[in-house]
Amino acid sequence: MQGVGPAVCLGNDIDTDVIIAGRYLRTKDRSVWAKHVFEDLDPSLAGRIRGAIIVAGRNMGCGSSREQAVVALREAGVIGVVAPSFARIFFRNAVNVGLPVIEAEVACIDGARVVFDLDSGWVEVDGERHPARPLSEKMVAILRAGGLVPYWRSSR
Amino acid sequence: MSTLSERILGAPSGAYVDREVDIAFAHDGTGVLAREALREMGVENLPHPERLRLVFDHIVPANTGTTATLQADLRGYARSSGIELSDAGGGICHQVMSEGVVRPGMIVVGADSHTCTLGAFGAFATGVGATDMAAIWASGGTWFRVPETIAVNLAGRLTGAAEPKDIALTYVSKLGMEGATYRALEFMGDGAAEISMDGRLTISNMAVETGAKAGIFYADATTVRYLTEYGLAASPQTPEDCRYEQTVEIDLADVVPLVAVPHRVDTVREVEGVAGTHLDQVFVGTCTNGRYEDLARFARIIRGRKVAVRTLVAPASRAVLARAIATGVLADIVDAGCMVAPPGCGPCLGAHAGVLGEGEVCLSTANRNFKNRMGVGGEIYLSSVATAAASAIAGVIAVPEGA
Repeated sequence: MQGVGPAVCLGNDIDTDVIIAGRYLRTKDRSVWAKHVFEDLDPSLAGRIRGAIIVAGRNMGCGSSREQAVVALREAGVIGVVAPSFARIFFRNAVNVGLPVIEAEVACIDGARVVFDLDSGWVEVDGERHPARPLSEKMVAILRAGGLVPYWRSSR
Repeated sequence: MSTLSERILGAPSGAYVDREVDIAFAHDGTGVLAREALREMGVENLPHPERLRLVFDHIVPANTGTTATLQADLRGYARSSGIELSDAGGGICHQVMSEGVVRPGMIVVGADSHTCTLGAFGAFATGVGATDMAAIWASGGTWFRVPETIAVNLAGRLTGAAEPKDIALTYVSKLGMEGATYRALEFMGDGAAEISMDGRLTISNMAVETGAKAGIFYADATTVRYLTEYGLAASPQTPEDCRYEQTVEIDLADVVPLVAVPHRVDTVREVEGVAGTHLDQVFVGTCTNGRYEDLARFARIIRGRKVAVRTLVAPASRAVLARAIATGVLADIVDAGCMVAPPGCGPCLGAHAGVLGEGEVCLSTANRNFKNRMGVGGEIYLSSVATAAASAIAGVIAVPEGA
């Protein structure tokens, strides 16, 4: 399973409050989260991450367990998220909603062409390949199915 | 020889295991999404409703028609599926689960990051997301990666005005916001034995602020005594001579009142260093510091005095509120000029009551001070209850008496 897109660089310790603020949680309308994603960090980000790959710093997605954070990124059109380390609930949530997460040490250059391969476990930035920490077989299967809900439905 | 996580999950660190869970709970926020995922999964019947709980705590009572409608749907689902519901006013999920539900050795999952709180009982308790929770409700279990463990050795006793929250801020600052990512923390040492259950819950609560998956105390005589009051039998757990990835040493005699300054929980200063900082609001409560001992400590300090700044107190549960009424603690709090919010998460996440305005500064006993969390442009300092009480009286950040 591969993905490709231009890099959008983010810093360390991006928390889920900054991905989607608490004031937008009380709805089931996923488009609301995509619209307000990163609003308190940089309101222009929502328009720039469609079709892109987020390359974040350490401890990506720390804080609250709110799944709206990963749904917001997916609904906003993010292809995948690369970071040297993730907060564990964010990581699990991302897999569960079908948003590829790639744990790898890469230097981010805004706009650089990023390619990742989940099966072989690597990520390329402007043609330079870096190893990614492999996902378990089950996690790859869930991502391939598009998330835990379709995975569940297809395995019944 | 095993860590407590390895013992409870029944496999060595690094292994992936599928396990049945003993308790699986969600709140009004994550429960809505879990319910939605169950609908999409086409799941009608839940195999083990007796293991499941729904606890309304995040936005209670409902603040808008939209929230009320979402909660009404979830309330109806609890009724039809047989899931036990703790409705608005019952309290914060982690506190409700600590009042005679969670026992040593259990595997507990909650759709809230602070589920690690319940490690205070010697349970393996960890947070998951809403879709994970839906799959757990549908199947009765889930997969875990057995974590490596960092020992936090607590030696000696607290002195002066320092309290368990200051121990929590100490280890968070030592480890940093990702110092324990994917790991479990085990709180050990002769100092751990001296800490009450309320204090242990405060300390375990903040494990996730270091990225940890769990924050565990071994069950001992204190745990057994506490659970006996709820009519539950439990046995102490004995640490084995096992390998820890790292050991953090904390001499409790060295712990002093601390404050985490905006906007990072691991940026910690001695209260003295930020004394005099202007405040617009003081907030006492949350799953970190809204328990009876916290309210009683707060009341002892403010009794017979008046707060000089807007001060909001939210008991962690109805049981905490009832006890505070019975003992006169609540009267002291009200007489001092504080507002009392319904049991629940209150202003902590900025979604409901007690939201901060642009440029406003709050001293809170909660666990997170992320930028904008309590309101856009607001600043959050995190402290113990004693520091919050001294500061409420002074109207600015102040060192608690006896420090």
